[in-house]
Amino acid sequence: MSDNIIRQNYVIPADDFSLAGEASSSVKKMLNQLGVNPQKVKKVAIAMYEAEINAVIHAGGGTADVEIGKGRVLVRINDEGPGIPDIELAMQEGYSTAPDSVRELGFGAGMGLPNIKRYADKLDIKTEVGKGTSVEITVFLQ
Amino acid sequence: MKVSEIATILEAELLTGCENLEMDVCSACGADLMSDVMAYVKENVVLLTGLVNPQVVRTAEMMDIKVIVFVRGKKPDEKVIEFAKEKGITIFITKHPMFIACGKLYSSGITGRGVWD
Repeated sequence: MSDNIIRQNYVIPADDFSLAGEASSSVKKMLNQLGVNPQKVKKVAIAMYEAEINAVIHAGGGTADVEIGKGRVLVRINDEGPGIPDIELAMQEGYSTAPDSVRELGFGAGMGLPNIKRYADKLDIKTEVGKGTSVEITVFLQ
Repeated sequence: MKVSEIATILEAELLTGCENLEMDVCSACGADLMSDVMAYVKENVVLLTGLVNPQVVRTAEMMDIKVIVFVRGKKPDEKVIEFAKEKGITIFITKHPMFIACGKLYSSGITGRGVWD
């Protein structure tokens, strides 16, 4: 891959859970086309997909900014949702504030943030109650 | 074990994706929570689930899972089948419930388990 940086921006729609994951799917496809190692592609895809689902479930959607280059993939999911009051608690496996309607769809079991942490090489979460959350995922390509 | 053999063991009906029938499978994941599916990395895996919404296909796509078996005779709607077709993912339905379907595969030699990445 060249030293050029590829930047992509996506809108994560609010109200259609069935469409959630379009941005992650598109990024996965692009990384495969760029010839990125499949294991690295999977790490980016899963971490980004979980973050995208979180934005849909908790924040009424948001945006995804993706940068590919400088030996890494950087994904930033921003939302203007309620924020996370206790980040330490939210990082615990099994802790969830998602409604039953989301659980019935196979999510909201308190594994989203732990999974993001598991697959990201670097994770930076900025959150403010009442303002929103920014989840920055980095996966190094080397 | 080939995907076609899995279909025979589970007496499963193929809904889409005949291109994967000769693919080898060495592990399986039985779950209704998609985040649990994503917590483990597996290769050449078949996913068994009782959920029939589009996010099952999306999860399979992210995990490079090429085969989904819907248990207990649950049939997804056309939109889900079409979505799987687009992604090159095979879909089966089996009448067996989750526990029995997993047991049949395990006792036939699908014993591979996932690993934490």
